[in-house]
Amino acid sequence: MAAHRCSYSAVLFILFNLSVFIVVDSHQTTLTNDHHGSVVDNPQTASETVEQTAAQPAVDDRRWEATEVEEEAIPDDASTDTQGTSTPESVVLSSLPKPKDDFQEELVVRPLDSGDIYASFQFRTLWETDFMRGNKVSHYRLFPKSLGQVISKFSVRELHISFTQGYWRTMQWGQPFLPAPPGAELWVWFQDTVTDVDATWKELTNVLSGIFCASLNFIDSTNTVQPSASFKPLGIGNVTDHQFLRYATLPREIVCTENLTPWKKLLPCGSKAGLAVLLKSEKLFHSSFLSQAVHIRPVCQDQQCKTTSWELRQTLNVVFDLHTSGQSKREWSLFKMFSRTLTEACPLASSSKIHIDITDNPEGEQFELSPATPLLSQAVVLGDRRTFSVYDLTQQTTFGAVRSLNLLIRWKSSEGHMLRPLLHAERYVAGYGLQTGEIHTLMYNNHPFRSFPVLLLDSVPWYLRLYIHTLTVTSKGKDNKPSYIHYQPSKDRLRPHLLEMLVQLPPNSVTEITVQFERALLKWTEYTPDPNHGFYVGSSVISSLVPSTVAMDTNSTREQPLFSSFFPCKEESSFFVRVYTEPLLVNLPTPDFSMPYNVICLTCTVVAVGYGSLYNLLTRSFQIEEPSPGLAKRLANIIRKMRGVPLL
Amino acid sequence: MGLLSDPNRRRALISMLTRLNAPICVVCYMAGVAWFMGLAFEPFTLRTYMSENAMGSTMVEERFPSGERALATAREFAAHKKKVGGMPVDWLVKTMEARGLEVFTQRFSRTLPFPDENKERYMVKGTNVYGILRAPRAPRTEALVLTAPCSPDDSNNQAVGLLLGLAHYFRNQIYWAKDIIFLVNDHDLIGMQAWLEGYHHTNTTGMDWSPLQGRGGSIQAALTLELSSDVVTSLDLVLEGLNGQLPNLDLANLFYAFCQKIGVLCTIQGKLQRNDWDSVSGYSHAVQTMMLMVMKQASGRPWGDHGLFLRYHIEAATIKGINSFRQFKTDATTIGRLLEGMYRKLNNLLERLHQSYFFYLMPSLSHFVSIGYYMPAFGLLAVILLLRALDLWVQLASPPPRSEDGMTDVEESSPGLLSVLTPLVISHLTGAALYLLPIHFQEMAVEHFPVSETEAVVLTAIAVYTAGLALPHNTHRFVSGEGTEQGWRVLKLVALLYLAVLLGCTALINFSLGFILALTLVPLAAFITPHVPKVLSAFILVILSPACTLLFSVFFFQELQEMPVSFQDGWVLYLSVISQGILDHSLYGSLVYPLISLLVYPCWLLFWNILFWK
Repeated sequence: MAAHRCSYSAVLFILFNLSVFIVVDSHQTTLTNDHHGSVVDNPQTASETVEQTAAQPAVDDRRWEATEVEEEAIPDDASTDTQGTSTPESVVLSSLPKPKDDFQEELVVRPLDSGDIYASFQFRTLWETDFMRGNKVSHYRLFPKSLGQVISKFSVRELHISFTQGYWRTMQWGQPFLPAPPGAELWVWFQDTVTDVDATWKELTNVLSGIFCASLNFIDSTNTVQPSASFKPLGIGNVTDHQFLRYATLPREIVCTENLTPWKKLLPCGSKAGLAVLLKSEKLFHSSFLSQAVHIRPVCQDQQCKTTSWELRQTLNVVFDLHTSGQSKREWSLFKMFSRTLTEACPLASSSKIHIDITDNPEGEQFELSPATPLLSQAVVLGDRRTFSVYDLTQQTTFGAVRSLNLLIRWKSSEGHMLRPLLHAERYVAGYGLQTGEIHTLMYNNHPFRSFPVLLLDSVPWYLRLYIHTLTVTSKGKDNKPSYIHYQPSKDRLRPHLLEMLVQLPPNSVTEITVQFERALLKWTEYTPDPNHGFYVGSSVISSLVPSTVAMDTNSTREQPLFSSFFPCKEESSFFVRVYTEPLLVNLPTPDFSMPYNVICLTCTVVAVGYGSLYNLLTRSFQIEEPSPGLAKRLANIIRKMRGVPLL
Repeated sequence: MGLLSDPNRRRALISMLTRLNAPICVVCYMAGVAWFMGLAFEPFTLRTYMSENAMGSTMVEERFPSGERALATAREFAAHKKKVGGMPVDWLVKTMEARGLEVFTQRFSRTLPFPDENKERYMVKGTNVYGILRAPRAPRTEALVLTAPCSPDDSNNQAVGLLLGLAHYFRNQIYWAKDIIFLVNDHDLIGMQAWLEGYHHTNTTGMDWSPLQGRGGSIQAALTLELSSDVVTSLDLVLEGLNGQLPNLDLANLFYAFCQKIGVLCTIQGKLQRNDWDSVSGYSHAVQTMMLMVMKQASGRPWGDHGLFLRYHIEAATIKGINSFRQFKTDATTIGRLLEGMYRKLNNLLERLHQSYFFYLMPSLSHFVSIGYYMPAFGLLAVILLLRALDLWVQLASPPPRSEDGMTDVEESSPGLLSVLTPLVISHLTGAALYLLPIHFQEMAVEHFPVSETEAVVLTAIAVYTAGLALPHNTHRFVSGEGTEQGWRVLKLVALLYLAVLLGCTALINFSLGFILALTLVPLAAFITPHVPKVLSAFILVILSPACTLLFSVFFFQELQEMPVSFQDGWVLYLSVISQGILDHSLYGSLVYPLISLLVYPCWLLFWNILFWK
């Protein structure tokens, strides 16, 4: 068992890292002018690098940019926080070796089969510095100071936080570039120098709560778990001892503009320039799905990984709904989506691009894209080779004569259909009544002939008392024994249940995991202000290496440029996917809170009067005491005398 | 309580209760009936009001425009239904998909224990089609349901058309916070049962269904739409569900509020509201409305497809379009707007409907009687049983005047125990036979007698019921010697307490059933002894037995619905009601049949036993 565990977690760990890099980083540019464009044609840099040759490496260029701003930043700390204001034109070159930083922005637009449209923003800030050294880092340029201070104060090695409103519909939209569960999710790897991880975690969540204006301070020991295998570090580093990992979700968190604004403030250009001008909240919150995230991790600076730098990756994913947009035509444009058009790139960005996924549209039979672009790029995303049209915002020609870019996608066909994603999952509560219930988790493997293992992570609050002996895993009607189970029972009011399992999904099958639970009766102060709404159970997390469809694709009918097929292919035979199930809303037995005063009074009266005297009647023996008639008897006798009945 | 701890006063109280027992019982009975009849009197009832804040003050603007298009869809649906000869599954799937819903189907099959002659079905196979409107930026935790049954005949097409029209309109709105499930269920209640069991992954009735592929989290509320004409004169609200469960009163309030707002005539139990409560006819109208609700609730069967939702703690009601000869008509657009308004308010709910009453009676749509007001009527009847039990207890406790020493007491009490236990066991065995035999012996009955399966079941039930009347003779075979005076008293005491507990529990769950049973069983339980005239008492006892109560209820119900039947038709109706009751139990898990056969009938047999005590 132990050997199994080690080997599986090791394999998963390695592949997780690889795959994530592949997913996000492996954009093979197929046209050379695109490559050049990103480096040289930045208008601001071009104006000053006259003496530099065009062949000068991009790294030097960046370093030069970084240096100049450091010089300017030293006298005034405050101005570095509002990084959008610094202008590179007004500074002097310096030859001093300084920390280098770099900012890139990117928007990927994917028209979905259902007629909806998926826009994914990524903003990446790289900074070659070391927060963990003794000397405090005090000079910030592109990297937001608030996050830098968090990293150094709490010895954070990796931090991933996401705020999501809505549920990603895998069946209609396929896989997202960066999955996130509904509500808020936070997972953090701490440095192994941290001694009291729980206290640090508690403090960190409170600080983040302030930074992002979110209820992250509701993260406490009752909803924090330490997954043993599901969440491995995505950056470099070899510590995989999960006692330095903390994972928590808040499925109830409602994401709104108040979370978007602080998120936008972390960007070097704010929402003043570049792609971020599109992030207008009134449009973003008029969508089917919105997810914003911040990922911080240490990454390699170069191929040999001699130096490391910190990467801050801010992502925002949004899906716009065709039906509710109130238009009769199936047509999308930047203006329709965001009520803005683009006029410039962020001046601080070394690269600023828009990618439009045109894989399903090679001859333009599905939709029409205007303005057309000659730039094409290919990338392997989620096991699938995709083709993108690229618009480079650092080139003035992109904006055309009107000096503004308004991409337009006009659909030609109008057929939407359900997808069959290779892996998807759903979860629900079965049964009725308020005493017991059963959680069903269904995992679909739609691959026709390959089976693959998945890691399931379930964190269930303590007030659902899981009967772990009723855990069953069945695929195709047969018992499917998980090869690895990590179960941590809950402690009332202290910690949740944690269940991690490694399950092999047979090809073309549905695997059903059921576990029964009992609903606990809470103390009356523990109910939320709206107890009849129900209590949330966070999403299960399903992490897996799914066999790639590219590797499946054995026919070579698809035309490929010669130069791209010469070098060994970087594509893996499988790719990493993380799927979140829907959160559950479970009703617990709830007292009637509508008239607590009456209830308390009635109960007390019944207990005091009823029980007390009944107890007396049952336990005492009563005997008639003759000698002196009591007052009651005398009164009774008077009445009897008046009635003419014999006296008592 | 202080009264009881003084032995003298206790004795005085008890002697008064035993001395005045009979008059007190009579007064209680009269008071109970009078109280119940008073419930329908308008000044004694409360006006309905919206308790739920989320549905109260928020303004909702109804804009549903496309009633005509919905009716065109309904005609298209009817054409496809005729062509396929049943539920046009493919057409429905295509249509719902075109409206931007996530569409799923569910197949189910069910073999009934015996053929249902009312609906002419035995082996039922069908498909439910449902489409889910996913609310934007909602995490699939809550859902609302709108259903329209697809009936085999030509009715209810307009409901499906309006459902699709609403789906189309709702899909284009941004404000939904809960998923909305549009369900077209096949074979009315059986399809609904299959869908609900599939949704909650339970199997209480042994039905075969294919698992559901798509869900929307926990369902907060549901409405069933029944509409068979293009225009309607009024909308009727049906609340009574399985086992007499009712949805939260706020759902009825919501319907009433929107009918008022939009200006649609609304009825409950098919009866319009009248304003002349102070006139005799006005009062009797209210009594009729309330009695109809009581009868329907007591039957324990779902009176619309919504009835099965209530088991899952989902508030649900059926809205029925009624087209009569009245001049003023309401078109489909208006009904659509009404539903739109209701769904938008339900969409605003933050919690499940829980603020208002779950236990109530409605003498009109704008007035209701809450549990606190109607329970005393039942309490007054139930207290009779306790008073009689107290009387018997005192009689048993005080030594009988004939025997002076304790020896005879001991001798008498030991056969007493056996003489109590034997009738108890035997009458319950008869009850078990009544519960089990009709279904299990139908094949044998069909072989030996020239009857159909359904008739066989019903006639077996009646035969077993009648055979139970021979019980006293059987009992005495087991009990050695003669029954004593003490013996029947103990038996009656047990029977009285048993009946009191039974009726009390029934009334808590289903007030109407408990009250109707109490109305007939309490008087017989109160007066029966072995010393009353045998023939007359036996006749009264049979008249007041549960089976005869049911027969009277059938006639009374028809009378209330202003559709009186002749005795012949009534008898046929009575037989079909019995078969429906047994079917309801095996198909949907209605508890009335097992309650009557396993508990109430044996209890009645005990009293029958006392009458023929030797």
